[in-house]
Amino acid sequence: MGAWQSYRLRLQRKKWRIRAFRKRREMKAVVNRSDNVRPLDLLCFTTLRNEITRLPYFLDYYRDMGINHFFIVDNDSTDGSADYLAAQPDVSVWTTAASYKRARYGVDWLNWLQMKYAHGHWSLVVDPDEFLVYPFCDTRPLRALTDWLDASSIRSFSAMLLDMYPKGRLDEQPYQSGQNPMEIASWFDSGNYSISRNKRFGNLWIQGGPRARVFFADEPEKAPALNKVPLVKWDRRYAYVSSTHMLLPRGLNQVYDEWGGEKASGVLLHAKFLDTFTHKAAEELDRKQHYSGSVEYKAYAASMRDDPDLWCKWSEKYINWRQLEILGLMSKGNWA
Amino acid sequence: MSVGIVMLVHTALNRAEQAARHWAAGGCPVVIHVDVNVPRKTYAAFTRALADVPGVRFCKRFRCEWGSWGIVAASQTASEMMLEDFPDVRHVYLASGSCLPLRPVEELIEYLADRPRSDFIESATTSDVPWTVGGLDHERFTLRFPFSWKRQRFLFDRYVDLQRRLGIKRKIPNGLVPHMGSQWWCLTRQTLSAILQGPDRKEYDAFFKQVWIPDESYYQTLARQYSTNIESRSLTLSKFDFQGKPHIFYDDHLQLLRRSDCFVARKIWPHANRLYDAFLTDPAGAMKRTEPNPGKIDRIFAKAVERRTRGRPGLYMQSRFPNEDWENGVTAGPYSVFQGFTEIFENFEPWLAKATGARVHGHIFSPARVEFAEGQNTINGALGDSALVRDYNPNAFLTNLIWNTRGERQCFQFGPNDNQDVNWRISKDPNAQVSVISGAWAVPLFRSNKNFMDIRKEAALLQKIESDHLNVLRSPYAKARIRIWSMAEFIEAPMEPLQGILDEIGHTQTRRLSEVPKMVDLTGFGQFLQNLKNQGMHPYLMGDFPVALGPEPTQTSPRKPYLVR
Repeated sequence: MGAWQSYRLRLQRKKWRIRAFRKRREMKAVVNRSDNVRPLDLLCFTTLRNEITRLPYFLDYYRDMGINHFFIVDNDSTDGSADYLAAQPDVSVWTTAASYKRARYGVDWLNWLQMKYAHGHWSLVVDPDEFLVYPFCDTRPLRALTDWLDASSIRSFSAMLLDMYPKGRLDEQPYQSGQNPMEIASWFDSGNYSISRNKRFGNLWIQGGPRARVFFADEPEKAPALNKVPLVKWDRRYAYVSSTHMLLPRGLNQVYDEWGGEKASGVLLHAKFLDTFTHKAAEELDRKQHYSGSVEYKAYAASMRDDPDLWCKWSEKYINWRQLEILGLMSKGNWA
Repeated sequence: MSVGIVMLVHTALNRAEQAARHWAAGGCPVVIHVDVNVPRKTYAAFTRALADVPGVRFCKRFRCEWGSWGIVAASQTASEMMLEDFPDVRHVYLASGSCLPLRPVEELIEYLADRPRSDFIESATTSDVPWTVGGLDHERFTLRFPFSWKRQRFLFDRYVDLQRRLGIKRKIPNGLVPHMGSQWWCLTRQTLSAILQGPDRKEYDAFFKQVWIPDESYYQTLARQYSTNIESRSLTLSKFDFQGKPHIFYDDHLQLLRRSDCFVARKIWPHANRLYDAFLTDPAGAMKRTEPNPGKIDRIFAKAVERRTRGRPGLYMQSRFPNEDWENGVTAGPYSVFQGFTEIFENFEPWLAKATGARVHGHIFSPARVEFAEGQNTINGALGDSALVRDYNPNAFLTNLIWNTRGERQCFQFGPNDNQDVNWRISKDPNAQVSVISGAWAVPLFRSNKNFMDIRKEAALLQKIESDHLNVLRSPYAKARIRIWSMAEFIEAPMEPLQGILDEIGHTQTRRLSEVPKMVDLTGFGQFLQNLKNQGMHPYLMGDFPVALGPEPTQTSPRKPYLVR
């Protein structure tokens, strides 16, 4: 990469940071407990809307993993999510009624909060329906991973989005608050992902899974991206460019080995496809606040009318991280 | 009192305190060196916390940066203090704050008492070991390293380059033979004091101050000068990864560490409460009183390094996406590609499945849909049969298919009608077995009921595509197992090629072919080719096909289907 291009990327990074800075006024703090954050704490950043049913399990899952503090932007929820979060001792909540789309799907808001609060911390950016799985997560806390990454001089950790779905119709098994969503959405596609390299930002672009198989069979190029880099030793100069798919500076996207080896990586179990989904898809289609004219939700709405069964004969049932490792969806790398 | 512990500490002081107490309780005097980088307050609290333990001393502090002389200076000072203050000590054991004693201290004392003259120090000549980081082995001793590898990497590298280019070399004093090994040793008083009080120490120290990572070579080299009985192994279990940084032990390694029968392990994650609880409270005899046997741990860590550097062949995923030609296995396993066989044999697919036991697909790159075996519309890994999705990334489709069906051989048909974008990947893949009967695409045209001008046009196109494909297969970059026959050549003696292919697939059936596929009726095919020629379209890929010229056929009754025997 020439000096010119790297200069342009630098300008772009600055542009995103200035944009985040401008967007900070859109958010109003409901409760700010960031004073409680100690220097080595692990932080989680989330933006959400109307997720009250999911929140109890979400918070507990990451607390057990070792997240010390949550920073959450509530985008105009009407179901009391903000109040629920404000009552949690380890959560700081901001609220905003501004456009999710014009904050680049929440990225600007979180970039600002991370710039302000995450400098020098390991910072995890996930949605309320994303559950991180990393090597040895059943026996080692997240701190073990971040300590190891620190010792290995690794700044960013990749976790691909793995769409989970139930067997049968989505509305067959209702999700109860506090329940592990993977009890219902326990199936996934193990081997139909296609990868290409994004030369400009140096990240991989992964597509596939049930969404590409069912909703985007006619236009595979439009299928959603599944590559994510959610865990980063944050520096205030960093910025997410598009969701957590890619970052600047581009060295942070270099989460894969190019000479045949495997770097350590995890998976984000994506429990999007529960009974709540049909309703959500209709609402989101109405709000038109999603990526590329909500093309994704249009595709969902079209298929959902017919028979929303994502399950097929070759779907895998989720067991644990070792299964995902054997299937080649994630890797231990040289962590043993 | 026969073993003294010299402990180098820089972080996780609470764990170091625990370990020091454990050693002291076992009757070992401990001399602790704390890195100068530890803040004074923390240091004061640490010394206070250990004030109540008899036999624990603190020595003068040095700055211990990785790869620099400070660590050696620290261990020298601490060892001198140990030898002076505790005259009963016979063996000095160098440990770090993140070392965890796995076996009761008495067992170590006993073990060393049984071997009063042995020096346990891993020590190998530089030319014999591949441990080195950054390609520096012998040059560690002959170049100078004034810059920090961690903080001033650019200057470090440039200065090394410069010295190499200028051919600058330092002389190694007194004909020392440089040796290297693990920096965690256990030396006898005799050897250690000889090193520390030797008449040449000044000269040696001056030399080693300029050596890179001297803690891996100072004692290792000098022990060779003075020791009478070197056991070249470390009593500390310590494994290194490919970057030369130590592997870390966690709670889930408990059983593994128990079974290793090692005395001390490093490095332990400071928050591994279960390990500390288990090993610091183990009663005597929790482990067998045998020689340390870290074999299993060795294997696990060796595998981790292999995974990081070589990876799993044929896997493409979020953290392994090799550049072209660097794949270490383009695909996950062997597979076979057949071109022209279904055109010539009527029942080729079922026959092949029966003869080999492999999974035999149709044209999985056909433009209409992916023709999976048994007409399935998805296959292992939920790989779908949509041609659109496949053509979006045909290379990924192929590698996914082979990865998903690991352990079962895949065979599929290919032809000039199919998507040709995978040709290079297949051709460069040593796992691929490609068998081509060139020109066989003409047979379906011959048997079709199309207008001759359309046939002529299509034949010209297919011939062009296949010819390009053959060029790919014949290129010098091709690594696949490739066999190409012209159609004329093949049907003359079809048995041998078939047998050869099957032998290579290597199924269990060892006898000669008992059943053969049925060849289609080719009567008049020669005339068909001649007609094409007469229209100006020269089909050359079939080879010199026997053209049955002449107005009347040689046989009046329709020939039986060509049966190969």
